[in-house]
Parts: sequence; C-alpha cells; structure tokens
Amino acid sequence: MPNPSAKKISVSLNINGEMRQVEIRPIDTLLYVLRHHLSLTGAKPGCLNGDCGACSVMVNDNVYKSCIMLAIESVGSAITTVEGLKDSPIQNAFVKHFAFQCGYCTPGFIMNCQALLLKHPHPTYEVVKEWLSSNICRCTCYQEIEEAIFSVVEGRVGGTSE
Amino acid sequence: MYIIGKGITRKDAFEKVTGQAKYTADFETNEMLHARLVISPYAHALIKNIDMSEAEKIPGVRAVITGQNLPLTGEELQDRPPIATDRVRYQGEVISIVVADNPYLAEQGAQAVNVQYEPLPVVNSPSEALKPDAPLLHPKLGEYKKIQGVYPEPGTNIATRTKIRKGNWEKGCAESEVIVEEHFAFRPSDHAAMETRCSFAQIHPNGMIEISSSSQAPFMIKRLIGQYFGISTGKIRVNTPLVGGAYGGKASTQLEILAYIATKEVNGRLVKILNTREEDMLTSPGHIGLEARVKLGSTKEGLLKVAELTYLWDGGAYSDKSIDLSRAGAVDCTGPYHIENIWCDSLCMYTNHPYAAPFRGFSHSEVHFAFERTMDVLAQKLNIDPLELRNKNAILPGHTTPTQVLLNSSTVGNLPKCISKLKELINWQEGQIKDLGNHRVRAKGISCIWKTSTIDPNATSAVILIFNPDGSINLISGVIEIGTATKTILAQMLAERLKMDVNDIHVQMEVDTLSTPEHWKTVASRGTYMAGRAVLAAAEDIIRQLKNIASFILRAREDDLEVGYGKVYVRDDPKTSILIKDIAYGYTFPNGNTIGSQIIGRGNFVIRGMTYLDKETGAGRPGPEWTVGAEGVEIELDLRTYTYKVLKAVAVIDIGKVFNEKTAIGQVKGAMSMGLSFAARETFWFDDHGSVLNPQLRTYRPIRFGEHPKYVVAFVETPEIDAPYGGRGVGEHGLIGMPAALANSLSTALSVNVNYLPLIPELLWKIKRGEK
Amino acid sequence: MLAGNIEYYQPSTVNEAVEQFFILKKENKLPMYYAGGTEILTLGRLNIIHPGAIIDIKAIKETLSHESYQEHFIFGASLPLTYIEEKNIFPLLTQTSMEIADHTARNKITIGGNVCGNIFYREAVLPFLLCDSTVVVAGKEGQKTHPIQDIFNKTFQFEEGQFLIQLLIEKKYLTLPFITIKKRQQWETGYPLITVACIKIENQLRFAFSGLCPFPFRSQKVETELNNTLLPKEERINHAIEQLPTPVLNDVEGSKEYRLFVLRNTLKEMIVEMEEKE
Ligand code: FES
Ligand code: FES
Repeated sequence: MPNPSAKKISVSLNINGEMRQVEIRPIDTLLYVLRHHLSLTGAKPGCLNGDCGACSVMVNDNVYKSCIMLAIESVGSAITTVEGLKDSPIQNAFVKHFAFQCGYCTPGFIMNCQALLLKHPHPTYEVVKEWLSSNICRCTCYQEIEEAIFSVVEGRVGGTSE
Repeated sequence: MYIIGKGITRKDAFEKVTGQAKYTADFETNEMLHARLVISPYAHALIKNIDMSEAEKIPGVRAVITGQNLPLTGEELQDRPPIATDRVRYQGEVISIVVADNPYLAEQGAQAVNVQYEPLPVVNSPSEALKPDAPLLHPKLGEYKKIQGVYPEPGTNIATRTKIRKGNWEKGCAESEVIVEEHFAFRPSDHAAMETRCSFAQIHPNGMIEISSSSQAPFMIKRLIGQYFGISTGKIRVNTPLVGGAYGGKASTQLEILAYIATKEVNGRLVKILNTREEDMLTSPGHIGLEARVKLGSTKEGLLKVAELTYLWDGGAYSDKSIDLSRAGAVDCTGPYHIENIWCDSLCMYTNHPYAAPFRGFSHSEVHFAFERTMDVLAQKLNIDPLELRNKNAILPGHTTPTQVLLNSSTVGNLPKCISKLKELINWQEGQIKDLGNHRVRAKGISCIWKTSTIDPNATSAVILIFNPDGSINLISGVIEIGTATKTILAQMLAERLKMDVNDIHVQMEVDTLSTPEHWKTVASRGTYMAGRAVLAAAEDIIRQLKNIASFILRAREDDLEVGYGKVYVRDDPKTSILIKDIAYGYTFPNGNTIGSQIIGRGNFVIRGMTYLDKETGAGRPGPEWTVGAEGVEIELDLRTYTYKVLKAVAVIDIGKVFNEKTAIGQVKGAMSMGLSFAARETFWFDDHGSVLNPQLRTYRPIRFGEHPKYVVAFVETPEIDAPYGGRGVGEHGLIGMPAALANSLSTALSVNVNYLPLIPELLWKIKRGEK
Repeated sequence: MLAGNIEYYQPSTVNEAVEQFFILKKENKLPMYYAGGTEILTLGRLNIIHPGAIIDIKAIKETLSHESYQEHFIFGASLPLTYIEEKNIFPLLTQTSMEIADHTARNKITIGGNVCGNIFYREAVLPFLLCDSTVVVAGKEGQKTHPIQDIFNKTFQFEEGQFLIQLLIEKKYLTLPFITIKKRQQWETGYPLITVACIKIENQLRFAFSGLCPFPFRSQKVETELNNTLLPKEERINHAIEQLPTPVLNDVEGSKEYRLFVLRNTLKEMIVEMEEKE
C-alpha cells in the first residue's frame, strides 16, 4: 500500500533561462512538473513510457524524454522546452515544409532536431535517422520532416535565433 | 483561380511549432479533480465483487464510482454499459472510476480498488463467434434499443447483418468460365494517435453540462449524452480544442460519458480523465479486424461476372460504430469494378476483443485488402496482367455500384486515367518482378481503390461568418482541426469567393457547441465538401448583404454590383466603389444617419438524396460520390530471410480539384504511411484468453522515421459538380490501397498467396512453408 | 508517473549509497538503486515494481569513469549509452548499444542500468560476456571485483544491497574483429527477435546471444560446435542449436521455430563474414 501523504520538496529549476521555484514530489517526472506545476504544456504526454518522444525536451543541450526523467535530476541544469525556442530555423522549416498535421508530435520532434543540429550541424542521413527514429509521428509520412531538417542543414531556412 | 490550389501556410502553423497550440489535456485549473480508471485484466469474466473501501480511505480521493443505475450506450444499438457491473466482455473494460485531488492520488485510489473476477470462456475471433456453440456475449441482444437499419440476430453473436443482392447470382455463376476463391484474416489493431484521448466535464450551477474533449464529433457527444441520460441537448455544451490525431478513433463517444458520470458524482466539480496509452489502446475503441471470403467469377477474357463475398467483422465486445463499419464494408464490398451480379453478407460479430471505432478509410482498406488480393489471384489464373484486368473492369459512368446507384461522370472519378498514370509512375513496363541476384528480388504490387462516404442521410454542416471593423472576417465552422488543415482550406474557399486576402480571414480553430454551428462529424473526408458548401452559401449571404447596403451608397441596383478585392463596386465602372470595411458594420452618412449594422453571414448544407439501404438487397444511396484511385508499392525482398524493405509507394487519386497542394499531398502521403504501417506491422497480438499482449508503443510499433519509403503522389482532376470547386474527399484514400498493394507485391515476389496481415517476415516464412 | 510516496537520495560516495540502502531497508522502505531510471519509471508506472525509495548513484564519481587503468578500460555504470557510443572506445559495445531502444532514450539509459535490467534483453551485456570482463560491485563488505562469468548467470547474481559500479575490459579486446547483429520482427525498430554478438580471438569465434532465450548468455558448448571447422557450416549450426539453453523464447516477437530459423541464417551470415576477417 503506497503511503498517500507524499512528502514534497522545494527545488529550483532553470527553465528557458528563468529560475523557477516549485514544490514537487521527488518522484515527479520532469514532464509532470513542466505541465502541472509550470503550465508549460508544449511537451506532450504520449505514452509516459519513453516510447514516443512527444515529451522530448533539452537538458544542457542534450535531448531527453521528460516522461522518463525525474524533475529532481534536472536541478542545476539548463532545461529548454519548445516554449524556449523563438523563431528558430527548425521551427520555420517545419512550417515551410508542412512537417506536421495535427501538431501533437511537433514539439518533441523540434526539440530533438534542435539538439541534433547543435551537436551535428551537418549530419549524414544515417545520423538523422538514428536520432529522429526516437519519435513517432502518426500523421505525416516523415518525408516532410526529413525535408525540413535538411533544409536547415543546407542553410535554406533561417531564423533570428540559433 | 485566385487562391484555390495554392500551397498557402496552414492557419495553425505557428501555434503548432511554438508549443502554444492547446490540446484538451493542456487545459488545467487548480480546482480541477482528476480521475483514473480501474479496468479489467480479463477479456471475459463475471465480476464477483468490487471492494472500494481501501480506495475510499485515501485522503484526497473524492469518489469511487461503479456502474449501477447507468443507461446502456451505443451509437446504433445500445448494448454497452459505460461502466461494467456484473460482467466484463473485453480486456480493458471499465470497472470503476476513481476521482481525486490530483492524478497520482487518483492512481493510488485506482490501485486500491479490489475486484474479484470469475473468468469465462472467450470468443477470440469472428469465426469462433459464429459457431453454434460459441459463448453468447449478449444474451439480451433482442432487447437492446436500436436505430433504423440495424438487424441484430438474437441468440447469436451477430450484432447486425447487411446483405447486398445485386443482379442474378446464378446467372453470374453460369457466365463465369474461371472462378477463384480466397480467404483472408487479420486481427483488430489501433489508431495510436499521438494524443491519447482526454475529456473533462463539469456541471454548472444552472444545470449546464460542459464537456471538453479530444473528439472528432462534439455535436454527436451532445446528442448522445442527451439521449442516453435524458437531458435536453441545449443543456449540454461541448468544447473541442485542437485534436492531436484522430483517424476515425475520436469519432466515437466514450471517454466523454465517463467524464460526465464522474462530474455528476462530485456535485458537478470539474473532473478530467486522460487516457494512459494502455487505456487508449485497450479501453477506448480501436481498429476493427476482419475475416473474409472472396469468390470471383469471370470470363476467360477477364470480364468479371460475379462476386460472392462474406465479411465477418471483428467488432469486439460492443457494437457501437462497428455496425456502421460492417455496413460500409458492404456498400463498397468489391473493388471499383463493374460487376452485375454481387452477393455479399457482411456480418458485425461480437467477440471478446476491444471494440471498434471508425478507422481512416472506414472499412475500405480492410475490404480492399481481401478483394484486391483476389483480383491478383484471378489475374494470375487468367494469365492477364493484373493492371490490365483492373482496367478492363474499371467502374465507369453508366455503371451501378453494389447498392445499385447509377453513376455519372460527376459521381465517380476517372479510374482508367488513374490506372494509366500509376503505370507510368511505377514503371510498370519494366515488369512486375526483377531478380537482383544473390537471393534478392524486387517486386511491385498494385491495388485500385474507391470509396464513398457513408454518412447519415440527414447529416448537416453550417457556417457563420462575422465581420470585423477592419473588413476582415471570422470564419466559424464546427469542423474539427484534426490535422487535415480543413479550416485553412475553408478560408481559401472563402477568399476565393470574395477575392480577398486569405490573411484577412480568421478561422476559429476550437469548437464550442454553444456558439459554433453544427458540423455533423469531422469524418469521412467530408469536411471540405459539406462545410465548403456551407462556406459558399454563407459567402453568398454576405455578398447579398454587402450589395444591399452598397446599393444605397453607390446609387446602383444590387444586381449591377460586384464584391471583391475588399470592395463593393459597380460592375461596368469599378471606380465607383466602397470599401467593405466601411460598410461591414453598417454605413454612417456624414450627418450621422446610419444604415445597417455588423454583417453576419450564414450558410448551411445537407447532402441531397441520401437513403437508407434496403434490408434484403442493400439497394440505396449511401453516399454522394465515389472517389477512385490506383496505388502501388515496390519492395525488395531477401528470399532466404523473408525480410523486405518498401522502396516506393505510389498513389494516384482522382481528387476532383486540388485546393491546397501541399496539404493535399501531405494528407495522401500520411494516409499511405499509416496504411503501410498497418499492413506491414500493426496488430494486436492476443493470447488464448483474449488478452492483448502489446498495448504499448514499444510493442505496438507504428512506422518510424527512416523506415519510410519514397512516396509519390499524383492527382487526376475530374470535378464533382456538387462539391465546392469540384473537390472530392481525399483524407483517407491514400491508405485504402496500401495493404492490398503490399500483399500483392509480396505474393508476387514469393509466388504464394499472402492473405493475412500484418505482413511480417515470420508470416511470409510460415506461408512459404505451407503452415498458414 | 509513479503514484506512491517514494523517497529520493543522491549519495556522493559508494559507501554512503550502501549505508543508505541498509538504513532504508531497515525502515522497510523497499529501496532500489537508480541510475538512468528509465526502467524503474516505466515498470513502476505499470505497478510491476514498487520501490519505496530510490538511491540515485549518478553522483558517485566511480560510476562515471570512462578511462584506461593499467591493462584495462573502465566503463562506469552510470554512463549513458550514447556517451559510450560517442567516445567509441570499444566499437563492439558501440554497435551493440546503438541498437538498444532509441537514441533519445539512450541519452538516459545507462550501461549499468541496461545490463542489470529487469527487461530480459539486456543487450549491452553481450560484449562484456564475450570479453572476459571484470565487474566491480559495491556492497556491505565494500567493493569487490569478479570475473563476469562468476557473477553473471542469466542476470547479475548480486546480494542484497549490492550494486554495479564499473565494468572493466582488458584493452586487447577493444579492437578485436567483431560483428553484432540484431534481427527484429519487422524493419529497424523494436525489441530484438534475436541479437547475436561475435568476436574472433586466437582464431576462435565467441558468441553471445540476447532475445533467443529469456536471458542473455554466452555458451562454451555452443561456441565449441560453431568453431568445429571440420564440419560444414550448416552442420555446425545444427549442433550448436542442440546445445542452446532452454527455453527458446516463443512470444509476440516471434515463435520459437521462427527464431531458430532466423538464428540459423544469422549465424551463417556471421560465420562466413568472421572467417574472412583477420
Ligand atoms: S510521453 Fe515521453 S516518450 Fe512518450
Ligand atoms: S503531426 Fe500528428 S502526430 Fe505528427
């Protein structure tokens, strides 16, 4: 029988460049804290099991599935959610190449692409495939997403932020 | 054309790439309660006892709800208790709802509910369900309430039977010189939309019930909840924010009912239920399964003479939409061919499987898999090129459909044109199979498709247009933005009609049934057709009003005026004009006198001439038009290991008219991707007890990035006269031919008949070894 | 999301971690060591495991080491799989690892977490089984080292309160010829139908398997048969299959018979290729 009176702790998280103080259960996932405590609903729940990538965010420039990461594990790191991107090339490329339909998988894909481009500004197709097969899109056929990311790699789509 | 056909940016684009787009689960308030479900681990069992005492003791748990005194539900036949009371009929069926202050307390509560079951023997397939000694899932089948056109057979597991009796079966058989017969089967599967279903509900002090839900059919929720619980529909308000993928799965009313029951138990407080992925796959309705027998007779030259078909649908534990699905499977029970004699029995069977919702293509990819595979078998027996056989029998204006609708050049697209375009795009000339050496072959498979949209004969759509002081227009329609960009296309249609900048049209993405006019359901690729007609009607309404005011100011007869480019102007003297923004809110003369006020346009539409099907023959007009297409797949297979890759997938669809090229191609390709994924790897795996062994995305695996082939999409444009600008439905058609085309390519590569799904290497290996 | 009231500790030394474990144990709190945590969070969510407290070992520096030490190379248990892949010190491990889960998940999954997991594939252990590696374990009696074959039998045979700190490989193994192949039910994503890793040392092939049985293993008997170059390959493979441990898996990924079919093909493919490699 679990103990219902969960003990809460107070932590500060560095999210999109702002320090945010939150009262959480230590077992709360980062996804839960982002959505339920901070109203940052860009990261989406799709499976809560690490399988779909809809919840992907960046922590210190690496991409993580926030449903299989505790918020407490991200204390002291810089968290970036889709809300922290403004007019970035990858966002513009997604618009230009119609790389989404329902848009539910989009924040996760964008964060994964963003992290990928930070690490590999000129990735091969194999690298893109390895990274992007972490996310599921049920609406598009992936070809549009492929075009979007390579249009950024080839410098065909710009933005004001990198 | 002014803007129709252009690839303009989606209206929802920037919201969606910035994380600002709001889906149902994104709404949360501090006072909101959260619910979790207790679901059955058994596919068929008696509920002996439900002990809620431990759950109720948890501080913060506000209610533990069970199913006594609830009405039976179901869209056409009311056979489903929203919460099971004495018996569960599928794994995942709801036993109890626990409501608590936050999601994890609700989860703790759900874990603390203790249920005792007594397992019962299960019905694990539709053919098992048909056996005379099969366990009866619904002993009270004869007593359930139902709507017109539903024919349950009490004492059996048949929820309804649709019969097609066209022409003369004996004559067809007598004229047939060559006969083939094939059997097919696949299990239920899932839509696996990335957004799991979510609903929240509250009852306001004045009695108004407000429900928000990730749904394709908010107006249906309103009606059904009203009907089930005896509430007048005006007292129910349903909101639908953006929907994160639906594909038919969110056209059923299910979670909304639970949210309503939950809020009622906590004095109307706001309660949210968000499905886990496992519940979304098991508890909420999924993609129907099928067992089929297809017998075709033709002359030696390959002219089809007779089709005899039996479709046993795996409707699962409750009939909800599967009745309609089994009917739609009968309506287009053959491929798109001219066949004078058709005999089909389409049975909606009860099994102990998760029940079914519509799935993109509404029974058509399922039926086409069986039928189009058999066409290949026939072609082989006749020694005729499979594309040629299809071309020879292609349905044309002047022919009749299985339900005996006489087609004309508007009501059916141009199939021969699609076939010849496909031929080119898939390079049919080079041959269907090519030996690459080293045990590798390349093979092509094809399938033709057609589909009408079976919709309720009285389904309507309405649109309101409201002017802003700057002359821009707000477009309000009940179509749900499920990803298809339909609302962007509606804006394009309006911009086209008024010759105005599409950026000056603001579409309301969300639907609130209190203020949004009804659009029946956002299904069946009918959004652009029905809502499009309503938009055009509303545009006429606006034009009339604008001209009326302008005629006073411009001192011209109304019928000498034109509207466009932000102005009303005199036709033969365009310089005599007035800006729309100066009259959209009425016009004020220099002395202060004012005429008119804010202009509101309204338009509505109902499809003309739809009828119910005749019980004995199936004759009737179930849908407005038939979209046709021809599709193909090219694969490369290793003959030793049976592993293969899909290299290329092609679809040629007669779309009538392309509205927005980018979104149209995106829709078709997305549908093809889903079709290939369904065909090649998606299924629920059941154990002997009817339990689903893979209700998670790590074991139920949609296609991923990098596994995708090259997609090629082309359109033929044969306008449909009744449709706005001639456009036909296109949201589903890319999917329909994929399973058959893929199975045909594999059958060709391996010289065997591959008649089961999913098409995994193990299946191919088994078939080749003669084990299946 | 886990529903229970679960405590979280992040000790910074090995000793602290072990002490914490036994304190929590005494308080009946069902402690579990936690590294990447992906499995604890997913199985806990499904109510398959019920930790009362988790002890995060990622702050313990020994578990993060990735360096040579005398004749060995050390892999700390808390290293994420992608870290190991990027450094690519041990290509066989890199390639085996790259087939696990997906890239984003592997940013979180640690090498220790994978090899000690509940989910029975544990593919990252295969290279260590092949290379006579050494395992450093912490426990009540302090740190101990074991040859992997002494402590790994289907799973790591840890005593209560023990946890994996490091895996050590002798450097000579890092660059041996190898192949690792993962076959799936369909295409390129999902759990394995079978995964086979193979190295060649002193002209002998070594094989380790995952997904074939409900545990990863390396079997001398199987290897002996496969190395019996006096016989044609098919026959060697047949003999090897007779020596497989039981049971061979028969599940939704594939039937037993089909797995064996795939195994035959895969082994043949591998032997042909490996016998050519120098
Ligand atoms: S919600 Fe995190 S991976 Fe699916
Ligand atoms: S756009 Fe709908 S899931 Fe990707």
